[in-house]
Amino acid sequence: MSLSEAFSREPAFVPYLAAGDPSFEASLAYVEALARGGADAIELGLPFSEPIAEGPTIQEAIVRSLEAGMTPERFFEFVEALDVEVPLVCMTYYNLVYQYGDGDGPRPFVQRAAAAGIAGFVIPDLPAEEAGPLRRACDEFGLDLVFIVAPTTRGERLERMQEYVSGYVYVQARLGTTGARDEVSDHTEESLARIADWEVPKAVGFGIKTGDHAQRIVSAGADGIIVGSALVDIVAQGHAADEDTATVADRLEAKARELKEGALTGARAVQ
Amino acid sequence: MSTNSFGEYGGQYVPEALMPAIEELTDAYERYVRENEAGFIDEFRQRIRDFGGRPTPLERAEQLSQRYGTDVYLKREDLLHGGAHKLNNALGQVLLAKYMGKDRIIAETGAGQHGTATAMAAAHLDMPCEIYMGKTDIGRQRPNVFRMRTNGAEVNAVTTGRGTLKEAISETMRDWARTVENTHYVIGSVVGPHPFPSMVRDFHALISEEARDQTREQVGRLPDAVLACAGGGSNTMGTFHHFLEDDVDLYAVEAGGSSLSVDEAAGVAPNSASLSTGEEGVLHGSRTKVLQDSHGQIMESHSVSAGLDYAGVGPELAHLVDEGRVQAVNVDDVAALEAFHRLSQLEGVIPALETAHAFGYLEQEQDTLGDLVLVNVSGRGDKDLETVLEETRERDLSIAPDMEIFREVAGGSL
Ligand SMILES: Cc1ncc(COP(=O)(O)O)c(C=O)c1O
Repeated sequence: MSLSEAFSREPAFVPYLAAGDPSFEASLAYVEALARGGADAIELGLPFSEPIAEGPTIQEAIVRSLEAGMTPERFFEFVEALDVEVPLVCMTYYNLVYQYGDGDGPRPFVQRAAAAGIAGFVIPDLPAEEAGPLRRACDEFGLDLVFIVAPTTRGERLERMQEYVSGYVYVQARLGTTGARDEVSDHTEESLARIADWEVPKAVGFGIKTGDHAQRIVSAGADGIIVGSALVDIVAQGHAADEDTATVADRLEAKARELKEGALTGARAVQ
Repeated sequence: MSTNSFGEYGGQYVPEALMPAIEELTDAYERYVRENEAGFIDEFRQRIRDFGGRPTPLERAEQLSQRYGTDVYLKREDLLHGGAHKLNNALGQVLLAKYMGKDRIIAETGAGQHGTATAMAAAHLDMPCEIYMGKTDIGRQRPNVFRMRTNGAEVNAVTTGRGTLKEAISETMRDWARTVENTHYVIGSVVGPHPFPSMVRDFHALISEEARDQTREQVGRLPDAVLACAGGGSNTMGTFHHFLEDDVDLYAVEAGGSSLSVDEAAGVAPNSASLSTGEEGVLHGSRTKVLQDSHGQIMESHSVSAGLDYAGVGPELAHLVDEGRVQAVNVDDVAALEAFHRLSQLEGVIPALETAHAFGYLEQEQDTLGDLVLVNVSGRGDKDLETVLEETRERDLSIAPDMEIFREVAGGSL
């Protein structure tokens, strides 16, 4: 299934986890639990040592995953070992994409990702200005390149991004870094309005924590919701309390259901 | 590829949320700094003179000249207000933030010199200011923490990673991503996304503008070689800029730390020699030479000097090294510590540990640098005294003074 198909039937729920947090095996079980809980696509973080767009929750997940031995090659093995049907998006930083393989720019990384079954990329430190080489490699191997629209993105910048984006557009609900919040940002509607005429599906992320948030964001017109830190928190708590993998996986699955339900309720409100 | 490049280095690799601010800054840089719109540069030059104390002197180092049989001249940036070259850039950027209508300043700091300079400039220009500093650096550069707090700046401890400059930059970028609408990020070296590397260089280019005129006036000719230490490379680029077209050898002296090797498994490079040993990569907004492992993870660097302890380097400097215009060289911790004591004893100038690296190289290569050598004294070393005395004692360096006096008086340590 392609990324845009994942959004085509109903509002999509797109969870994020750092691959390999806190261990390769547990993380496989967690991602599969999210799929069972109703994920329509999954963003998998490939940890980078300088994650400048992440708040404390995901920074700590990245440290756990790196300490457990995650590397780009292990990441592709992780993707290959996963038993899920939904499309997988690799979220990472440009240096890892750029360094992979034989020094031929981003192409070897994209080729390997395509072979492993990755459907697309989100690269938070790669604005449209610098994205030419990666966009060309994605086109060559049939992968999508998702861009982030920030609350500050306007005018010409939006047009440039619209040219490059495929799969879905990631609408950043608030300024700042990733992290779960208690309030829904009022930037969301404004940002969605600015890109109302774009053909790609619009997924909102940054700060979503509950089914209620999900519902409000979908009723504001989003085609999907992206949830990271609220799920990573569950992994972190399970790790801290030394709980077994199945218990944490059940909790993730339940949270996924809550979020997906919220999105569906939001969609009914729009109709 | 992006047009904002030095050869293949440079660019703007930052989160989208920051890009509009970076475009706004690029526009302000072009208009105010490059074209002196609204008399910006006139005001900057007046303030860096009256508040900062420019021009700084060029001094003939008599004992060193005798020791090496070569004319050694010192560009005394340690005499700039605050005790390091850092004020040139900090004052320039805080003033620019004012012209841009921003009402809050943030900055990272390693040695604390940039944080101190920014805190001073912010107090001088009446702007609220927050500084991010790694926990390791807070411990080894305490005097500068006192200075920043005394000037009214908030100091935020960064506890991720090894708690040095790399983590402090990442954390300041995160603050900026949250507050970009009213806040300017005063980056402390010629690193980061365009326009920072060019803009920071332009503010520091006063160093070579003066030094070039001063050597011609005082000696009647240009130097054969110019030496500057290089962490991110801001004093380096400032000292080199106006010599780039001349027949003058330029040496960027990096921190060789304890060894030039890397420990891939531990993710540690026990040095900060990104120009000498780094590989092309993307860090903190630009493509440059970076200390990284074979996967592209950034290494933890090491140097006794906090201000050089960084895994990246300015993209323009990386380019000039690739072009062969600048020689990238390095000296290790011990050579820098010895040079610190040597300059203090022979010339009555206590240099910053960062600066001491340039003098370590002068000692090693005294015969090959020509008859007239200019060294940039990027800063003074008061901030380093505790570290230096401790590190020298651990290594039992014979050049160091003993501190018996404390034991005599109080029976205390040292
Ligand atoms: C006195 C002094 N010199 C040099 C440096 C290194 O910075 P740069 O390489 O940007 O000149 C520092 C940094 O803190 C410093 O304090």
